[in-house]
Amino acid sequence: MDTNSDSNLLKALEAESWSLISDNALNRFQRSPHHALQMLIYLQAALGYIPPALQRQIARDLQLPITHIQGLVAFYFFLSAEKLGTYRIYISNNITDKMLDAATLTECLCQQLNVSLGCPREDEKVYIEQTSCIGLSDQGPSCLINGLSIPSLNEERIRQIVSLIESDTELSLWPKSLFETSDSIQRKGWLLDNTTSPGESLRQALKIGDEKSLALLEKSALRGRGGAGFPTAKKWRFCKGTPAEKHVVVCNADEGEPGTFKDRVLLRQHCDLILEGMTICARLIGAELGFIYLRAEYLNLLPDLEKTLQKWRDNNLLGQAILGNEGFNFDIEIHLGAGAYICGEESALIESLEGKRGIPRNRPPFPVSEGYLSYPTVVNNVETFAMAARIFGKEGDSFSQLGTEQSKGTKLLSISGDTPKPGIYEFPWGVTIQEIILASGAKNTYFVQVGGPAGELLDQSQFKRTLCYEDVATGGSFMIFNAERNPLEIILNFTQFFAHESCGFCTPCRVGTQLNHQLFEKISTQGAAPSDIEKLEELNLLMDRFSHCGLGKTASHIVKQGLAQFHKKLKPGDDNWSPDFDLDKSLSTARKLRIIDTGAN
Amino acid sequence: MTQKIRLATCSLAGCFGCHMSFLDIDEALISVADIVEFDRSPITDIKHVTNCDIGLIEGGICNSDNIEVLKEFREQCKILVAVGACAITGGVPALRNHFELKECLEEVYLKGKGVVNPQIPSDEELPLLTEKVYPIHEVVKIDYSLPGCPPPADAFMELITAIKQNREPKLEYALRHFD
Amino acid sequence: MPQKISPRKIKIDQQDIPFSEGQSIMEAAEQAGVYIPHLCHKAGYKAHGSCRLCTVKASGRWVSACTEPAEVGLQVENNSSELQSQRRAIVQLLFAEGNHHCPFCEKSGNCQLQAVAYSLDMHDAHFAHQFPHRTLDASHPEVLLDRDRCIQCELCVRASKEHDKKNVFALSGRGPHTQLIVNSESGKLKDSEIEKDDEAIKVCPTGALMNRSKPFSVPIGQRQFDNIPIDQQSTGKSGNNEAQP
Ligand SMILES: Cc1cc2nc3c(=O)[nH]c(=O)nc-3n(C[C@H](O)[C@H](O)[C@H](O)COP(=O)(O)O)c2cc1C
Ligand code: SF4
Ligand code: SF4
Ligand code: SF4
Repeated sequence: MDTNSDSNLLKALEAESWSLISDNALNRFQRSPHHALQMLIYLQAALGYIPPALQRQIARDLQLPITHIQGLVAFYFFLSAEKLGTYRIYISNNITDKMLDAATLTECLCQQLNVSLGCPREDEKVYIEQTSCIGLSDQGPSCLINGLSIPSLNEERIRQIVSLIESDTELSLWPKSLFETSDSIQRKGWLLDNTTSPGESLRQALKIGDEKSLALLEKSALRGRGGAGFPTAKKWRFCKGTPAEKHVVVCNADEGEPGTFKDRVLLRQHCDLILEGMTICARLIGAELGFIYLRAEYLNLLPDLEKTLQKWRDNNLLGQAILGNEGFNFDIEIHLGAGAYICGEESALIESLEGKRGIPRNRPPFPVSEGYLSYPTVVNNVETFAMAARIFGKEGDSFSQLGTEQSKGTKLLSISGDTPKPGIYEFPWGVTIQEIILASGAKNTYFVQVGGPAGELLDQSQFKRTLCYEDVATGGSFMIFNAERNPLEIILNFTQFFAHESCGFCTPCRVGTQLNHQLFEKISTQGAAPSDIEKLEELNLLMDRFSHCGLGKTASHIVKQGLAQFHKKLKPGDDNWSPDFDLDKSLSTARKLRIIDTGAN
Repeated sequence: MTQKIRLATCSLAGCFGCHMSFLDIDEALISVADIVEFDRSPITDIKHVTNCDIGLIEGGICNSDNIEVLKEFREQCKILVAVGACAITGGVPALRNHFELKECLEEVYLKGKGVVNPQIPSDEELPLLTEKVYPIHEVVKIDYSLPGCPPPADAFMELITAIKQNREPKLEYALRHFD
Repeated sequence: MPQKISPRKIKIDQQDIPFSEGQSIMEAAEQAGVYIPHLCHKAGYKAHGSCRLCTVKASGRWVSACTEPAEVGLQVENNSSELQSQRRAIVQLLFAEGNHHCPFCEKSGNCQLQAVAYSLDMHDAHFAHQFPHRTLDASHPEVLLDRDRCIQCELCVRASKEHDKKNVFALSGRGPHTQLIVNSESGKLKDSEIEKDDEAIKVCPTGALMNRSKPFSVPIGQRQFDNIPIDQQSTGKSGNNEAQP
């Protein structure tokens, strides 16, 4: 964002020139209501908040109901209607960050800046809040400051941040070193070893033609890398087979699964492959419209991504008549997220792309038949597109020689937690949990959480199991915990995550995730009575069966598995039955008021 | 059960309306008297509940005293029943949950209109108020709930008869009302 | 309707239910007079699928009957004791989540939330009450919005948009902070386009949105669900929250 227009906007803010500001934002985004969210993200960054009067102005200018804009601001975590502060710091609260003592550092930061978590400082300069995993578990603890990530927080860096803030140093003048993240690739394989040059795969696809290309992809047996493992060629064929005026390709770069960061590294290191996968897809399904939905937390990747896109356009790999093929027109636009894990779910993502709150749609219809603006839409994960492109590249056919019967090729894992070598590991499917742990150099491993909080908790007895769709499927998060870790703390972290990220659309998840977290909070201080366990079991069966989307369904896994695994670790309460809340604590306010009052007398 | 059922009742954060409804069973009261004997309740002078078959609790939890009494009832009663909307949901007293406890106390004792000698009562003898008003099922295990404000007299009859006959109470549709 | 030779059918609890192309399980059931508990569904409105009360087991999968298309041969489990007790738990979650004080709610007796609770034999909320702090909008002389009683079914949102052509309501926020907001400069009903006879008010299954102009016109005890359970009232009429004339 250029500072010049920023300062003009700030001046306009001071003068409360709402229509001027609104006009500026609208003009940046073709004045289209589908870009409403993008406009708000832009204004949030420029102004630090989106005052209600401005929200109303934007709604009027876009001819949308006011409630639409208000709904967006209140839904997305990084948008705010109130002025929070010139410096807005969001500290990643994934369990891996917690294990690196993020809590103490957070406290330290709050203390030195004299601000309490979640409350703007009186001089409206600083605001500190926690947020769900920001995709830097390999170099935590980490935070976002005005959207930009700072990894590897320690006391020294905290001091540095504090002094930069107190001296009113503009963010653009902060030392670059603070924002440097590393790619920590620990183990390369079929994908990361790629040597195919940009455009080569696309040319190959164009050469062999659409039908043969689809057949090639089919033969490779590539399945989606975002978690569900749907056969990619099948998805593309479905989409292609739905007649429509337009078709759409969407790259899901929302990477919200706590503990995952492989898409971040792919976007940095293999951006060409991703664009190429999208472009091949566009060719095969006949799409002209492409989107990358980039999570807000990866704002620091945006400038390079834009540059690469421009390079592609300059080389006629994107745009009109791509590589001289008349009628092959395709371009890609980047949309940012704004802090909502649910927007990784493909239909919620599409809602978000359309400028709405990220509420998962009813299915059917599936996106391949009715997606973005009702056009047939392919949504694939970042890694899926990269792999698809790689399959068309040099020795791409070696893909299906790797892996297992049902799971061909390799998988990128994001390994974090109790390991000396966190980072990206590429393994062929079929590798055992034990082999992965060994490769990571982790010692004394007690259990691992594969696939993030929604995934599977595996203890030592399950380390012989294999990573593949037939056994332990995963989107890529692999968190390692050693014997010193308190499982309850980990479960509590995950229940908090779901309670924070439930979109609120459906009853079982909206209420169930809250109750789950409250119950675990109570259990972690008071122990678990059989009545608590019973209630949790009932609740989570309900969430599993009755929830509208995958978030609510899978939010129940950790509770079920946690109860099964750590039954003994859950300190039993005194009774068979335990109150829903801490009785003594419920009297503490009255007790305090009484003391204050008598003290005053 | 051949002996009489020993029954205790109390009103926590309630209005005694449920008690009134219970006594409103008219001539049936006589047949109730045949099968029931009263332990602690407003119609006896017994201060502490001991060893009862049924405990009927009216009203929710608003202070430390309520918690004590409720726990005592749970310990001493084989079957504990939440009676009426306030016991089941917090009811009218739970309207204070719209505010913080501090706000409530300050409004009543410090800032409110017509307050003289403003101070929050701090006598040790006074029970401490809970943060919120709670339904009793959040504090102790409840065996049955009789909904209604108050529950109809027939609901009490069904409960007692069922327990006397050693069967599960069954509230027919007309007895399942929340208002 | 001309009799087809072999009408398309699904089975709901062993009963053959005919359906026509494009119908959901719910629509087929309603047409045949089979009751599937629901709150956010209303005939004539697009399926929503948020309350989840109509969840059934259809050929082994748990799906919401209102959004799941009927398909030839589908075996639907609806009225089983397992499903009914899980549905009761869903209703309990809704009660625990809001602030429902039926004894002094004008909707009592005509309220569908309460009615499904009665019909599912619910006596208490079982889960911990959340006692959320939600705001009341009493700014309008004829219409009341009490968010304490809102179950976020979006029927009013859909009715206002699709039927009244006004767009007065929308859901805002996320997770437990989701709440109904009003489309007006002040955010208040008094400055909105709402009118007391709007469909948006009539469709509200609870006492969250009410016409204030004729309170207690039907005495408690004689209201729609006071004596006849919702499951026994004609399924097609479900969703009409006005006391039956
Ligand atoms: C709650 C939830 C969050 C999800 N988050 C992501 C995500 O961050 N990235 C992703 O690629 N897929 C995510 N998915 C899966 C997507 O819905 C979708 O299946 C995937 O993008 C399809 O791409 P693929 O076939 O290439 O895996 C999520 C699903 C759910 C239910
Ligand atoms: S399961 Fe959770 S995230 Fe998914 S629709 Fe329901 S409330 Fe939203
Ligand atoms: S809306 Fe229905 S359930 Fe809620 S208080 Fe009113 S009558 Fe009771
Ligand atoms: S006000 Fe009524 S109709 Fe509208 S969402 Fe709430 S409960 Fe549903």
